[in-house]
Amino acid sequence: MGFKMQPMTVPEPAPGKDQLFTPEIRAEIDRWIAKYPAEWKQSALMAALVAVQDADTDNNPGWLSQKDLDDVAHYLDLPPIAVYEVATFYSMYELKPVGRHKICVCTNVSCMACGSDEIVSHLEGKLGIKLGQTTEDGHYTLKEVECLGACGGAPMFQIGKQYYENLTPDRVDEILDGLE
Amino acid sequence: MTEESTITIEVDGRALKAAPGAMLIDVCDAAGIHIPRFCYHRKLSLSANCRMCLVEVEKVPRPLPACVTPVNDGMKVTTNSPMAVEAQKGAMEFLLINHPLDCPICDQGGECELQDVALGYGSDASRYAEAKRVVADPDIGPLVATDLTRCIHCTRCVRFGAEIAGIRELGATGRGDHMTIGTYVEHAMGSELAGNVIDLCPVGALTSKPFRFQARAWEMVQRDGIAAHDGVGSNVHYHLRRDQILRVHPKDNEAVNECWLSDRDRFSYQALSAADRLLKPLVKQGGEWRETDWQSALEAAAQGLAQARGDDGNQLGGLLSPSASLEELYLAKKLMRGLGSANLDHRLRQADFRGDPPKVPWLGGPIAELEEQDLVVIIGANPRKDQPLLGHRIRKAAMKGAEVVYFNPLKLDLNYRAAQWVANPRDWVLEVANLAKAAGVRKGVVNKIKVADHHKELFKRLKAADKALVLVGDLAMGHPDYGLLRCLAAQVAEAAGARLGFLTPGANGVGAALLGVTPGEGGLDAQAMLAEPRKGYLLLGIDPGFDLENPAQGLNALMKAECVVALSSFRSPDLETVADVILPLAAAPESAGTFFNIEGTQQGFNGAAPPAGEARPGWKILRVLGNLMNLGGFDFNTPLQVRDEALGMLGDAAPDNGFEPDPALELTLPEAELLRIGELPIYSVDPMVRRAPALQATADAQDAAYLRLNPEDAKRLGFTAGDRITVSQPQARKAVFEARPDPAVPQGAVALCTAIPGSQALAGRFGEVTLEKA
Ligand code: SF4
Ligand code: FES
Ligand code: FES
Repeated sequence: MGFKMQPMTVPEPAPGKDQLFTPEIRAEIDRWIAKYPAEWKQSALMAALVAVQDADTDNNPGWLSQKDLDDVAHYLDLPPIAVYEVATFYSMYELKPVGRHKICVCTNVSCMACGSDEIVSHLEGKLGIKLGQTTEDGHYTLKEVECLGACGGAPMFQIGKQYYENLTPDRVDEILDGLE
Repeated sequence: MTEESTITIEVDGRALKAAPGAMLIDVCDAAGIHIPRFCYHRKLSLSANCRMCLVEVEKVPRPLPACVTPVNDGMKVTTNSPMAVEAQKGAMEFLLINHPLDCPICDQGGECELQDVALGYGSDASRYAEAKRVVADPDIGPLVATDLTRCIHCTRCVRFGAEIAGIRELGATGRGDHMTIGTYVEHAMGSELAGNVIDLCPVGALTSKPFRFQARAWEMVQRDGIAAHDGVGSNVHYHLRRDQILRVHPKDNEAVNECWLSDRDRFSYQALSAADRLLKPLVKQGGEWRETDWQSALEAAAQGLAQARGDDGNQLGGLLSPSASLEELYLAKKLMRGLGSANLDHRLRQADFRGDPPKVPWLGGPIAELEEQDLVVIIGANPRKDQPLLGHRIRKAAMKGAEVVYFNPLKLDLNYRAAQWVANPRDWVLEVANLAKAAGVRKGVVNKIKVADHHKELFKRLKAADKALVLVGDLAMGHPDYGLLRCLAAQVAEAAGARLGFLTPGANGVGAALLGVTPGEGGLDAQAMLAEPRKGYLLLGIDPGFDLENPAQGLNALMKAECVVALSSFRSPDLETVADVILPLAAAPESAGTFFNIEGTQQGFNGAAPPAGEARPGWKILRVLGNLMNLGGFDFNTPLQVRDEALGMLGDAAPDNGFEPDPALELTLPEAELLRIGELPIYSVDPMVRRAPALQATADAQDAAYLRLNPEDAKRLGFTAGDRITVSQPQARKAVFEARPDPAVPQGAVALCTAIPGSQALAGRFGEVTLEKA
């Protein structure tokens, strides 16, 4: 039987878990841990990374630092590499600093057919950055993403937890102006 | 497999019997039908990610991966139908998309699974014209070189780490085109089995760092041998070019090393060409070392020993390496006995010789059965580092659910979950006594202590366990109360109906015990012959500053002797200080011989490489010495004759852990503010290992150099990490080591290894130490 079938864990749980994160983040991770059999703490990994990334109580809101990853490993008794693997696999985990507003523009097939190229170039012109970059003032990050399942409203982007559909350059201006 | 439980399948028109549920690839392998594969490995979990093993199965419209397809009765498989071949070619084409065409500069070239399979299934031209990806190569330590652009993402190395080495260090980070194998945060692999990924990696992504760019596979010849650094006796292939060993690979032997090899056995060959290799006989004349010819050196040795002996054979003592071959040990014993000396020993790192010794200590059962135990109690040992492949078997048992309990004077870094009962070197003995008391022992030390509940519970489980084992190891043997520890362990095992096992020293500890390389009637043991200095000594395969339990005492006694004759493969400052004649000894890979491994299996080997310089196999040196000293019965022409005579003498003697426990033994280690724990580090066990640069560069070797003490003690004494600390022990010179606070060491103890540079000045492995800032 392989290691994928067995709960992954370090040989010896490390002490000091109560020093990690904030009580709120710990409670959130614990809520996820409780959903799975006790030895499968590993199953809470993705949710734990989300909780840590989203919390803006730390000094790096919106992204996961090396220390964050190691702390999650420590908290869940996982070998750190197991956390790195997951965090680097999914594109929604940010491993480098991002701007306050992360604009995720879909350029997948439906959006492209409906004009996402124009949306991208408009955004790039307006913000003065390329896809994958962050404005100098740290306000905006522009990110290219694959289909977000909102093809019916293509072209679209996502900022924070909000979807914006049927975009036009004017509509983009309006939306960006509405952000703080 | 009983008749009812076998099914019949058809592969390429051949009817094959198989167990239901077996994987197709295993059934085909057993029948000699080859299916190409990369990710599949019989010792690792199935991941089915390379898709190279696709075959056609009747009634299934798509090709199936043979490595994860269980067989069914009546299944009809074709491995070479047009559909199968097309699928295999497709998989090959995908694998080659990103694989660089750098075979001419790749160490794997000529023995690469990808090359081989590409020859059979690849196309001669590539349809892929786009850019290939390039991956940066992380530094993962002194043993394994990386070239990850070549990686085909089979994940064998990742599964090896998680499942066999037990430390998940390598992983696959990133996704799709960006997936890379590595440690993500660059660090060296810390496993003692890390070198196995070199064999596992089907391509040249992970290769041997010490062997890098040395030779091509087809330039080398392969010779078999037995690894000489622990009692496992791993079976190895030596690969040589122009009579020089350039690398060592494991040879499959399920009963011994399976398909694995410890890093120690894999890389120690480097020592064969060490700068301080002894190439010519040396004789000390007027305090000066002179290189000389064999004849004069042997005459000097014979004369020196004869003079030191005078007319009392017991003025001589023999200290023989437990890693010397049966042939060498036999002749050395014959020589010493012929000279009338009963002072002979191979238990050089043992501290206490009180009590009746086990007849022929050994593991107590087959190596392979270690993994079937339900409960293993380990007293004074770290099998993971002492005998890495025994550690691996015990880990397997633990992974299957066995309980493993350690009694040690310090906490170990383990790769599985186990209970560790840690106490300082004195209380440690009492802990074991406590368990003995729980087992119903009522005499001696046991009387004074109160038994705790967890000891009672452990004993109950030990008694209830179907397969239980009590193992006693090197750290216990080095303790001044080993006699007591051994006696307590035996009583516990006896009362619980558990098996008793000893993790014997060296590659041939069992052979040495079988031969009786121990004091004869009235003879002195390894400690006594140094505590009561002799006039002459014979040293075989040892470096007295490193291979004795109490180097200070040992060097002192040797210093005073009139004549010390050493057979050694290497020069060393200590040897040159104390010896009078040093005869260059062929190392194990250079000489024919026989080892009895820790489970009592006799394994013979031939010399794979010619001895360096003028070095000669030990049996030849001892033969001539015997003849020169006019002792009869030294007329051997081949090592086989020596072996046959030695085996004849053994008769049907077999390993036997039986002995008469002596309940009256007292605890002798006095209480002290700080007691030393003299561990034997993994890469210090013998002169060869200590001279392999790659092994010495590992974290295991480097960490062993520190003086470690509990952070509380460090605080109390005002020491911080990095402080230079002067260590003094009674009857020893002072030595300086760097401090490292370490919670693994209990309070009142100082972990300071034996057999490390600087430790030659020190006395016994345990006992009182005083520390002060240098
Ligand atoms: S480095 Fe080698 S063993 Fe590891 S995944 Fe890549 S090809 Fe497989
Ligand atoms: S393609 Fe853009 S949301 Fe589906
Ligand atoms: S060997 Fe079957 S998929 Fe890799």
